[in-house]
Amino acid sequence: MQGIVVDGLVRVFKGGIRAVDGIDLEVAPGEIYGFLGPNGAGKSTTVLVLTTLLPPTAGRATVAGFDVASQGPQVRARIGAALQEAALDQFLTGREHMELQGGLHGLSKAERRARGDELLARMGLSEAADRKVGGYSGGMKRRLDLALALVHGPSILFLDEPTTGLDPQSRSALWEEVARLAADEGVTVFLTTQYLEEADVLADRVGIIDRGRLVAEGTPEALKAEMGRSTVEIVPAEPERRGAFAQVLARFGEPAAAAPKAVAVMLDDPTDGLAELIRALDAEGLKAATLEVHQPTLDDVFLQKTGRHLEGASAEAVAEPEPEAAVARR
Amino acid sequence: MTQIGWIAARSVRRTLRQPALIVPTIVFPLFLLAVNASGLSAATKLPGFPTDNYLSFALSVSFMQGALFAATTAGAELATDIETGFLNRLSLTPLRGVAILVGQLAGAVLVSLLASLVYLAVGLVAGARLESGVPGAVVVLALAVLIGVGFGGIGLLMALRTGSAEAVQGLFPLMFVLFFLSSLNLPRNLIETDWFRAVATYNPVSYLVEGIRSLVISGWDGEALALGFGMATGIAVLAFAGAARALRTRLTRT
Repeated sequence: MQGIVVDGLVRVFKGGIRAVDGIDLEVAPGEIYGFLGPNGAGKSTTVLVLTTLLPPTAGRATVAGFDVASQGPQVRARIGAALQEAALDQFLTGREHMELQGGLHGLSKAERRARGDELLARMGLSEAADRKVGGYSGGMKRRLDLALALVHGPSILFLDEPTTGLDPQSRSALWEEVARLAADEGVTVFLTTQYLEEADVLADRVGIIDRGRLVAEGTPEALKAEMGRSTVEIVPAEPERRGAFAQVLARFGEPAAAAPKAVAVMLDDPTDGLAELIRALDAEGLKAATLEVHQPTLDDVFLQKTGRHLEGASAEAVAEPEPEAAVARR
Repeated sequence: MTQIGWIAARSVRRTLRQPALIVPTIVFPLFLLAVNASGLSAATKLPGFPTDNYLSFALSVSFMQGALFAATTAGAELATDIETGFLNRLSLTPLRGVAILVGQLAGAVLVSLLASLVYLAVGLVAGARLESGVPGAVVVLALAVLIGVGFGGIGLLMALRTGSAEAVQGLFPLMFVLFFLSSLNLPRNLIETDWFRAVATYNPVSYLVEGIRSLVISGWDGEALALGFGMATGIAVLAFAGAARALRTRLTRT
């Protein structure tokens, strides 16, 4: 089994917009790779190229061992994809969707029925299977979309923002299913997301993309560890002694941004720093109303690499254009 | 072939579940027929008018309008698939492009056949005479469906070029203008305005409507039928060639 290998991938749209601007990455078989970035970073364009729906302008990519530019049919036979905004027919039922998708993939009637029932059951859609999709909730549509992507037993799964717009319960249900697919069935998952938590919880490895370029890559733990130090934020019990707090805190690291009534420090020594800091405050007789330790997040990684926060970064980013020649998406 | 079957089955299913697509296609042309037949029947008194039954004359207009509705439906349905990303989903399967084009028309063909049957039945009950008899009725339906396929091809072409259901709906009034600049409401020999008659003579729509009309009001007219079927086939071939090209441009899958 082979995963995904991307080498110097570029996709330029009309008007010279470089939606994907030289991306290199590798995804091992059975791995969940999280592609994290703001709106318009180039995530969807990358997925369209890797799923063979859009030819690359330059560079090379192989999926399941086949070249996405020259071996489209072979790639498509081995991948499943749930693209942005579950594209379903509101006038068909869930089961009819499974039938159609299975039929187009050349499954026999018996296979279609068995596989359809199995996937609908697994996604918790058995009861709704004979209802028209127009009446499904957002979470049900995403689960049906996932079931459809799996109908032909693909070894690699592409999920483009699978949980955008979902409520937290639907989101975690989908995460569980994706994690199970990778763990139990060895399915390789390439997942794009603009949610830090999703990348953090679900992905084995994360690539952070901004303006068409990969700015950081690694396991969520390694990426956060690279940011290194945790921050301690304290609200003094006696507001007038805020200055005294600041003096003590300054001994343990650089001052960090804090809420108006609070003081904060980024610890030089992440392992013993906190204990020493508390002992020092105690020794000075300083009492804290609240004390919070902030671990670095993937947003800190994004901030450090791009100078912007992930949330809200899309407003500044170049809007990702509709692929001129590709099938329009919403 | 199986692929066409899958897409066609979906198209038919979708169409049958949207009464809003079917009902106006049947009702609107019948309504116009009723208005025209009662208001314009005096036209039969014109010297040289080919029949003394205006209802028979006007009945062929309904088939044309029905075909137009069906075409708009076919185009708008495909455009919706483009807008929702459903076409992307289909493109990820081994589905061939030709199956999309042919299969997508199935719903529209069904509507146009259903509607044509209703026009014919209502027309006959209301007093229209079908000079070519029962075999003629079959040929009327065949020609009506062929015209529906040709117009449907234009709808698909528009859908693929614009990717927008609204743009396809915009085709409707445009086609209506083409309809009115034909012999739809008056035989060509009775059009007095020179430019109008010239336009109507060059307008393929005239030959489509005259093909159907000949079967209703004058029986078996080889020339009118040849022109009607020829024009309808030509439109279908051109529209499908254009649609196939537009599909290749839109589907950039490797």
